Amino acid sequence: MTNAELFTLTYGALVTQLCKDYENDEEVNKQLDKMGYNIGVRLIEDFLARSSVGRCQDFRETADVIAKVAFKMYLGITPSVTNWSPAGDEFSLILESNPLVDFVELPDNHSSLVYSNLLCGVLRGALEMVQMAVEVKFSQDTLRGDNVTEIRMKFIKRMEENLPAGDE
Amino acid sequence: LFVMADEALFQFLHNEVIQYIYKSSEHGEMENGRCITKLENMGFRVGQGLIERFTKDTARFKDELDVMKFICKDFWTCVFKKQIDNLRTNHQGIYVLQDNKFRLLTQLSAGKQYLEHAPKYLAFTCGLVRGGLSNLGVKSIVTAEVSVMPACKFQVMIQKM
Repeated sequence: MTNAELFTLTYGALVTQLCKDYENDEEVNKQLDKMGYNIGVRLIEDFLARSSVGRCQDFRETADVIAKVAFKMYLGITPSVTNWSPAGDEFSLILESNPLVDFVELPDNHSSLVYSNLLCGVLRGALEMVQMAVEVKFSQDTLRGDNVTEIRMKFIKRMEENLPAGDE
Repeated sequence: LFVMADEALFQFLHNEVIQYIYKSSEHGEMENGRCITKLENMGFRVGQGLIERFTKDTARFKDELDVMKFICKDFWTCVFKKQIDNLRTNHQGIYVLQDNKFRLLTQLSAGKQYLEHAPKYLAFTCGLVRGGLSNLGVKSIVTAEVSVMPACKFQVMIQKM
């Protein structure tokens, strides 16, 4: 028994519940993303407290921190960062193994389900709290028969910090 | 740090699951009961899954009390990174497991007005215990109560099969 299994199994129970509650995979995907977002906006504080990582200078540094520090810390894996767009605003995280999907098989009637979609929401929510608007999606998924799991992250824009009037 | 990162991640997920189960429900006792049941059932499946992965070699228990001690030590340590603080039994199938600092309650404020929400944070774990016991061949009913945060008691009633 390991603690990692607790998260994986709980996540599986959640996805099962969502599939019961919602009529189609798209709705489940949306709900997973939303829940992930809610987790992400809180997780970032936890991460910053634990990691003592300073402000990232650019998107490349952000990518490295996500892959080598955050993923390692919370999920025990280190995805590789590849497939940078020429403009440097888009990259891929390649996960050789995805801890969320241990022992999971997608039943036939859920071909559109993005099982690990929570992760996209988490990344989006966490980065929003540090003023980065990003788009995150799975472009490859071992559950759907691909060789690897690939998360594609695209930088959209820097967000203004919401400071109350009169503060520095 | 007091709470390890992977544990924090589970806690965030657990909280979000509770929010999800409750957000679309209406207020009222029947609905609250339904939500508690949903959470407990989720915990049950997870508890079964956790024990399933446990090697058969180590799962040799000489009696019911042995099983309960396993829950209090190994199981609780795996899930909550600490052991149960106190185990009591009437030797007639009722066990009370006391956790003086239950990890899933420590994020809830200690004020009395939050006590009514505590059951939401215990339901999944009740299921976890019931599910774990189930896969160890023990049928039970598990309930929990909080008197003073963040201490709580899990009551396990063994059902004769």
